[in-house]
Amino acid sequence: MAARISVPATAKKGDTVEIRIAIQHPMETGFRFDVNGRAIPKNVINRVTCRFGGEEIFRAELGSGIAANPFLDFFAAVEESGTFEFEWVDDAGVRGAETAKIVVS
Amino acid sequence: MKRRGFLGIAGGAVALVLGRKAAAQVRIENGMESVVRDLTAGATVREGRVTLVVARLADNGYAVPLRVSVQSPMTQTERVKSITLLSPRNPRPLMATFHFGEDAPRAEVATRVRLNGTQRVMALAALSDGSFWSASAQVEVTESACLDAS
Repeated sequence: MAARISVPATAKKGDTVEIRIAIQHPMETGFRFDVNGRAIPKNVINRVTCRFGGEEIFRAELGSGIAANPFLDFFAAVEESGTFEFEWVDDAGVRGAETAKIVVS
Repeated sequence: MKRRGFLGIAGGAVALVLGRKAAAQVRIENGMESVVRDLTAGATVREGRVTLVVARLADNGYAVPLRVSVQSPMTQTERVKSITLLSPRNPRPLMATFHFGEDAPRAEVATRVRLNGTQRVMALAALSDGSFWSASAQVEVTESACLDAS
């Protein structure tokens, strides 16, 4: 599962930074049928977490009400340089992870 | 009076009325009471503090951009713990829950949701003091999501 992440490369100590993440995923609702009339099983990314310096700063629990290729935009306060660690998992148990570094001066 | 003009004035009047009873207990859409009760454990939900920004008209319900923010100092003692997005007309009303860490500077999040038809989308915020606040926004959806199974 590919993801695009936008985190500023640098920031000043104490700044609030905007974090955006878009993950490639169909977010199957479970309400659709394939060409043979069989139901396509529900498969959505049900959890996305973001950690900074090992501490969880944001967590999203998603359902089928979130559009395909889920996009999230949220904020974090940074006191020192570090790495944002993103992690997500879908109903099929497929996991994805990504990191983004930030230099705080 | 032109229809557009009337709608503008009517909308303004509604906004005024809503603004005036800012701290009033919120009216919950039909069928949503049980969902909200599960989230709040029966606590009172008040209207205010939450801002829900979403287009009044969504041509396509498959991906409707939406931004929600909650007024809060976001300190250790007084902060927003989570925001839940609810849809009265989707087959699964619970769209998403966002949890904020203890150091989160702002209780604000944006995403894109699926909407199964015209409805009043609701955002419900849980604060660290145990109170619940909400905001709703009417969205007209021209082409609904979930066409296959509806």
